[in-house]
Amino acid sequence: MMTHELVEDRVQIPPVSDGLSEQRIAYLEKLVVQARTAAAVFTQFTQEDVDRIVKPMVLAGLDHAQPLARLAFEETKLGVMEDKVIKNMVATEFVYNYIKDKRTVGIIREFPERNLVEMAEPIGVILSITPITNPTSTVLFKCIMAIKTRNAVIFSPHPNAWRCCSKAVSIMLETALQYGAPEGVLACLESHTLQDNAYLMGHKDVRLIDATGGPGAVKAAYSSGKPALGVGPGNTPVYLEKTADLSMAVTDILLSKTFDNGTICASEQTAVIDDEIYDVVLKKFAELGSHICDEKETELLARAVIDPKTGFMQPMAVGQKATDIARFAGVSVKAGTKLLIAPIQGVGRAHPLSVEKLFPVLAVYRARSVEEALKVCVDVNHAGGLGHTAVIFSRNDEVIHKFSELMNAGRILVNSPGSVGAVGGVYNDLVPTFSFGCGTGGGNSTTDNVNIYHYLNLKRVARRTQSHMWFRVPNQIYFNMNAVENLHQFPSQSTVIITNPALERFGHVDIVRRHIPAGTHVHISVIPDAEPEVKVVMQGVEALTFYKADQVIALGGGSVIDAAKIMKLKYESPEADLQELAAPFLDLRKRVIQYPTEKVNRARLIAISTTSGTGSEVTPFAVLTDKDRGCKVTLADYSLTPDVAIVDPQFVMSMPKGLTADTGIDCLTHALEAAVSSYASPYTDPNAMQAIRLVFKYLPIAYEQPHDEEARSMMHSAACIAALAFSNASVGVNHALAHAFGARFGVAHGRANALMLPHVIAYNASVPTKFLPSPYQKGYLAHRKYATIADLLGLGGRTIEDKVKNLVAATERLLDQLGFPSSIADLGISREQFERAIPDLTKLAFDDPSWRSNPRMPLMSELAELYWKAYQGRSPVRAESESQPQTWLQPTL
Amino acid sequence: MARLAEQLKIDEGRVVEALQAARERLDRVEGEMVLDFSSVRRIDPCALRAMEELADTADHQGVKLVLQDVNVAAYKVLKLVKLASRFCFAS
Repeated sequence: MMTHELVEDRVQIPPVSDGLSEQRIAYLEKLVVQARTAAAVFTQFTQEDVDRIVKPMVLAGLDHAQPLARLAFEETKLGVMEDKVIKNMVATEFVYNYIKDKRTVGIIREFPERNLVEMAEPIGVILSITPITNPTSTVLFKCIMAIKTRNAVIFSPHPNAWRCCSKAVSIMLETALQYGAPEGVLACLESHTLQDNAYLMGHKDVRLIDATGGPGAVKAAYSSGKPALGVGPGNTPVYLEKTADLSMAVTDILLSKTFDNGTICASEQTAVIDDEIYDVVLKKFAELGSHICDEKETELLARAVIDPKTGFMQPMAVGQKATDIARFAGVSVKAGTKLLIAPIQGVGRAHPLSVEKLFPVLAVYRARSVEEALKVCVDVNHAGGLGHTAVIFSRNDEVIHKFSELMNAGRILVNSPGSVGAVGGVYNDLVPTFSFGCGTGGGNSTTDNVNIYHYLNLKRVARRTQSHMWFRVPNQIYFNMNAVENLHQFPSQSTVIITNPALERFGHVDIVRRHIPAGTHVHISVIPDAEPEVKVVMQGVEALTFYKADQVIALGGGSVIDAAKIMKLKYESPEADLQELAAPFLDLRKRVIQYPTEKVNRARLIAISTTSGTGSEVTPFAVLTDKDRGCKVTLADYSLTPDVAIVDPQFVMSMPKGLTADTGIDCLTHALEAAVSSYASPYTDPNAMQAIRLVFKYLPIAYEQPHDEEARSMMHSAACIAALAFSNASVGVNHALAHAFGARFGVAHGRANALMLPHVIAYNASVPTKFLPSPYQKGYLAHRKYATIADLLGLGGRTIEDKVKNLVAATERLLDQLGFPSSIADLGISREQFERAIPDLTKLAFDDPSWRSNPRMPLMSELAELYWKAYQGRSPVRAESESQPQTWLQPTL
Repeated sequence: MARLAEQLKIDEGRVVEALQAARERLDRVEGEMVLDFSSVRRIDPCALRAMEELADTADHQGVKLVLQDVNVAAYKVLKLVKLASRFCFAS
């Protein structure tokens, strides 16, 4: 049990083992070698072997509880012999009761739902410093813990408790050896010097220092550079609140404070008593054998038991009887007086008795209010008791809670005695211990009741887990010519159509209106044909609110549909903060910001796409421009996904050639990136592959023969199918590069994608400089996925390398066919201009969340290199083979 | 007559005795001595001491000690007491 070690307190253990004779060093070395050997041999023991040894040790400890207590009392002249018997029994029986069924070998805990198990690894050799106040009980406790955990311990007892500790160790060792423990597993220093401790603390084969002693020993342990379990002193406040059961409180405090003459450091030091019950409490204490000191007696007592220079208790008082202390102080008390009670008016150096007193002297303070009482308890806690123990007697849960919040203590005991309560297993379900961790407040490494788990290295065996994946798409998708007719299925009181001026001019809005069920109030909201701005969105929200819309139809390309998604979000949840919702995230399931689920309005969103590229009609993404703040806001959440998507090619029959090419390549990029994404799944792969197949087959036709209904229809579906894939698998580095480049040089998104695409395929297919963590994939698959795509397209090739090259070449041919510029230079951007832009482009591309699912993690230098390749032009395969060959992944992968 | 390799089976019930016997035979061995540990389930402190003595003598006489079929738990013990580096291991 942790106490002030008054002798050692004032003597720092020297940092080095100065002054040790060669003979002494040889002796210490021998001890360590024996312990190390024993610990090594012990690693072969099973749980059954260990448990077979521990039980007889516990029984031997119980058998010797009284003789060891007597020996300790005679040697240390501290405490109460009968109480030391109880301590020895608690250290064996109670500790055993806690550990007997605990696993300490092999798997000790399993968490199947987390695919995780904890396994035990012994520590090895432990140096254990034990105190004078609880000598044999601490030794018995630590011997049992060590054997249960397959460790070897070298004990360094307090010099004034060496005989009793040595005897306790020999009883434990003898029994352990009898039941098969390795020889040398427990040892006790034959005598004790501070140099011995310093030598052993610094020894390379001593793995842990478990110091239960005074601050000097604890500090030395922590200063040794070794892992240490040093547990510090206390100064336990006890608050008697007016609702407390006073008879129980007084009896418990008396029991606790007189147990072993107050040597347990968790015992109460200052009782803070509510004014209303103060007199009654003191009367009860007096009735049960306490002496209440008057002002003069309190002063005499303070002078006798507190060192005026240091402010700490006098060593000679520790563990002495109340009557002996009173006699020494010159205070006259009745024979048989158990406890001296000294009223104080404050805490601190001006009130000497407010410090820790490991003897039967209790300071008491009369508090005029709960607030005052709590403040005084905080003062006591901070006067040397941080991290240790605090006690409250109360029936008021609110006060108990407040007290617990205020106290910095590893143990906060409610309606139970401090000393016996803190030990655990008697008055509560705390882990039984003889070593109280005091946390950082007490300069310790733990606030726990030190136990077997502190004598183990826990190994966590974490098996690979795969988070749940998903495939989330709109409830309904209608496709093929005249799919818009399906609008009649959706009843509505008030529908708002969001569209742009051109579509209204082309008569598309009229087509839509014709299919809305009769009786629906239909309102048109025309927005500019450009990436939506916050202002435009808010105007739309006003319209939805004004018309009390229960249905929103977005008729247009990506910009219109994105605008409608955000309007719906703000209409349903006006409090939603778009900037906050745009906060970056790595994993959708772990994102910090959650989208609102509470809605003040509800509206169905039907998206009718009029371009064949973005796939916004089925995606959970929306982008808008915040002109006031000068930035883009990208929103991503499945709650943004439209409820219904209508993919009707009649709306794209008149798309101009340039737009057909741009949006078509955007679609191809979506599909290619989704196919190799680290989030790709068997649910997204078929969509990605099918979209790629459709693009290669139908995009050139749709481009050359715009009125070819089949080609238009298939491309319109391809865009939607690719979006189903990338909505769930996301995109990659191509999009990151294109976003930054497009924004900087005002190049359309599809066109920007096209400039990067062949280079990115070649990049992803080569051996990554850096892999991206991807628990969803078993190995690097990008090159194989590309090869599969090449096979699907019938591009030929024998090896994976050939197939990837053929895919790159086919992509280049398609881009040529669609009239895309072959390089950034072809756009009229000068080399100097581009060179100046590269640092910013690279940073922006790296910040873009799109590449987070790219199979290969891009380095910034690689992003720059990709930009330069795009600047120089297509044919990356040829360029690579001519200059510096790529390291292509081999088919064996 | 000197032989290049000597092979000894170590019996779990008599590990220390077997190691002592091996030590006594070291002066008749040239090259290496192979100790078959396949039947040894556990090593105790006495066996470790005997192994250390054997290793000392073998070093002195320039004999290579090969421990055959040491189980992994016993191998870990030899690592922990820093004896593993003094032997060669074979299976």
